[in-house]
Amino acid sequence: MPAVQDTVDQVKAIDVSEYKYGFVTEIEAERAPKGLSEDIVRFISSKKEEPAWLTEWRLEAYRRWITMESPDWSRVKHPPIDYQDLHYFSAPKGTAGPKSLDEVDPELLRTYEKLGIPLREQEILAGVEPTNRVAVDAVFDSVSVATTFKAELAKSGVVFCPISEAVHTHPELVKKYLGSVVPVTDNYFATLNSAVFSDGSFVYIPPGVRCPMELSTYFRINDTKTGQFERTLIIADKGSYVSYLEGCTAPMRDENQLHAAVVELVALEDAEIKYSTVQNWYPGDAEGKGGIYNFVTKRGDCREARAKISWTQVETGSAITWKYPSCILRGDDSRGEFYSIAISNGMQQVDSGTKMVHLGKNTTSRIISKGIAAGKSDNTYRGLVSAHRKATNARNFTNCDSLLIGEHCGAHTVPYIEAKTSTAVFEHEATTSKISEDQLFYCRQRGLSGEEATALIVNGFVRDVLQQLPMEFAVEAQKLIAISLEGSVG
Amino acid sequence: MPPMIRREHDAERMLGEQFRAFRPADASAGRRDEAFTLFSEAGLPSRRIESWHYTDLRGLVREALPPAPEPDAATIEAARERLAAHAVPGAARVVVLDGTYRPELSDLSALSAGVTVTSVLDALSTGDLDAGLAAAQKLGQVESMLALNAAFLQGGAMIVVAPDTQAAAPIELVMLLSGRAPAATYDRSYVKVGDRASLTLVERHASLGDAKSLAATVLVAAVGDGASFEHLARIDGLGPQALHLGTTLIRLGADAKFEATTLVATGGVTRRQAYLEFVGENATAHLYGVSLLDGKSHADTTLIVTHTAAHCESRELFKHILDGEATGIYQGRVVVAPGAQKTDGKMLSKCVFLGDGANMYNKPELEIFADDVVCGHGATVGALDDDQLFYLRARGIPLREAQALLLEAFASEAIETVSVASVKDEMNDRVGEWLRQHGR
Repeated sequence: MPAVQDTVDQVKAIDVSEYKYGFVTEIEAERAPKGLSEDIVRFISSKKEEPAWLTEWRLEAYRRWITMESPDWSRVKHPPIDYQDLHYFSAPKGTAGPKSLDEVDPELLRTYEKLGIPLREQEILAGVEPTNRVAVDAVFDSVSVATTFKAELAKSGVVFCPISEAVHTHPELVKKYLGSVVPVTDNYFATLNSAVFSDGSFVYIPPGVRCPMELSTYFRINDTKTGQFERTLIIADKGSYVSYLEGCTAPMRDENQLHAAVVELVALEDAEIKYSTVQNWYPGDAEGKGGIYNFVTKRGDCREARAKISWTQVETGSAITWKYPSCILRGDDSRGEFYSIAISNGMQQVDSGTKMVHLGKNTTSRIISKGIAAGKSDNTYRGLVSAHRKATNARNFTNCDSLLIGEHCGAHTVPYIEAKTSTAVFEHEATTSKISEDQLFYCRQRGLSGEEATALIVNGFVRDVLQQLPMEFAVEAQKLIAISLEGSVG
Repeated sequence: MPPMIRREHDAERMLGEQFRAFRPADASAGRRDEAFTLFSEAGLPSRRIESWHYTDLRGLVREALPPAPEPDAATIEAARERLAAHAVPGAARVVVLDGTYRPELSDLSALSAGVTVTSVLDALSTGDLDAGLAAAQKLGQVESMLALNAAFLQGGAMIVVAPDTQAAAPIELVMLLSGRAPAATYDRSYVKVGDRASLTLVERHASLGDAKSLAATVLVAAVGDGASFEHLARIDGLGPQALHLGTTLIRLGADAKFEATTLVATGGVTRRQAYLEFVGENATAHLYGVSLLDGKSHADTTLIVTHTAAHCESRELFKHILDGEATGIYQGRVVVAPGAQKTDGKMLSKCVFLGDGANMYNKPELEIFADDVVCGHGATVGALDDDQLFYLRARGIPLREAQALLLEAFASEAIETVSVASVKDEMNDRVGEWLRQHGR
């Protein structure tokens, strides 16, 4: 059955030309000169007033990077990137550590208002404590411009600050964990990031603490001819819990901008990290001009027993997405989860998935991936599930479904399932289809119209993932995936 | 990116020397040279080539075995004895010994009218290859091992079923290795099933001895419109030093039917790869297989099923039972080309581990460029289900028997569709025998 008109319309509604966050903030920026060299790496490091060990760490990464080759195994096509034609550092002027929001350039505050990100801590109105508060770290090009609720978080011992600040305030933690999950030499883009990373968030949750609010970082690329290379490091100490959200947007430009981030999560004994992303970088126009190249390395390490890491992602933006949020299940009885909705439209290319590496005993993992391809886009799920010889009783369940809308798109599934222990139980299933006639018939037989039935089924298609998102993000995600939900159909 | 610099490998160098010595100065020389150039450019496939990631020939092939010489009288006699012990009732028999077609061992008396069998070398030297077969042969042109096979081609059979011929008698294609001295064999057979015709081919690979061997064997099949072709293959009893590389290239016309069942129960390293393309509408292809592996054996099943035409159906079901430190690999890719609407594709690979040290690598892929399709794949890895065992034991069946019962049922699902009763029984018996040998 062809996709019904309504569904098609809704896909159009989130079409690339409808990108809402494509405005540019006119603000003076301080930039590094174009190009990449040891001097630029030193320049970035000195801008951040980093200690010598970190400068050396960056330089080593840079020296390594120049010997590496850009990977070509993923199912994405793009012209070669000229790494010398980029500014590796760009910061709005006058943001060198504003003490309070009053010192932040009002133009910046307006930008975040426009994006719908509250940077002012919500006041207590008439004695009513607001619920669902979210602490925000706002990263604008290469620097963090504001972090909210820091004081309140500090009361429970939670550290939430830009990583450039953490280098000074918590050097022992940064030194211990930075690069311990994603080694400097991990891959081409991670190595590049290690050399030139700018800002990102640092989170530390002390033992036994349940983080009192959702933490979030909002990434915004604004300047032209820049790349964003943020670095996020989250450490959940024994028995703690944190839920972290990440959002991203960029202006509409004809050029392709590079976003090569590294995210590292460390969960110690009994700790749990829930990491959610709504990725809405500018996807380029309908002809595929412009848009962000989103080449990201995200990895979580369940380092000790009974740790749990859960990734949830809603991928709607970027000209090219190339990311595989992964879990290293090192601790016994640890658990990894990956829930993903990837929507591609226009000329977008998505090559995304996950890796679940079972190393400890009785480790379990679950992968739910939903891909929706429309327009002339290509949507690939690529994943690895592996069990080491000592990972006895490893369990995995994988389900990846793809939905195709239109004749010119492609949906692909490339799973690798490697079992090196006979006690592993891995189950994998994948389907690619239009909406099933049988399901439609069943619904219509019970009195639903064709449109209602389709809405119901599409809703069901992504529901497994949507319900994993924290409330605040679920709303945004629902808007983004207008194709899928009840409210938006009929 | 600069081209990858490939160090010359000992085996590749040896193959070059062997080729210069082997190359017959006949009409085939030009064709062989061309093929060998293709092979030299690509080299032995290594783990850097995605489809050979788990079967790294550059690592496995340390030395190139010399092409097997013409078999002597004693070998032919030994082969005759072995052949007498096994026969498919009512079938015509075509024998390829050490890579060459042996009319003296073959028995074509049962051949149905309208079916011809000739030596492949004769067929290739006397005329152009049939257009359908030539197109099918192109499916595997990316494979350097096929180029090597073409360069060293020693023999094989050309089987042609005339249009509208229902070949009642199956054809048994027996590929025997003498296994006396280390040797390589390169054979290629062609099967042309004319429009609306039908044929069952029973292919069997076995060895008379345990010497180190490399068998690069190719089957090219063109199945005409409305025709049906059943291909039953059994790779059994090759020694631990055997390297078996079997490739099947199949092109299916409109309304064609293709059924394949492969049983792999052997030592050494086995790679069975199939390239299948649907070029006409409404065709169906069912591919089934069972691998029984033990010791350090390694079996790789790689399928590339391409739906070029609309309204076709493909099904793949592969079962693997792994004991000892065996390695099982299943790579299946279903490609749906733009415009191949209403494609219905399902692929399933299931593995049961018996031994602690066994490995299983599954890579079921979908590559879809048409929207109105229903495609899916599944892959499971695990031990026998405790609940099922408990159910049987609760009914008084001892553990061993319960395990055997479940494993036999597990394997037989992939053998069920075999139409030749004697072959089906043989395959099921082999599964039972293998399970008993492995304490189940």
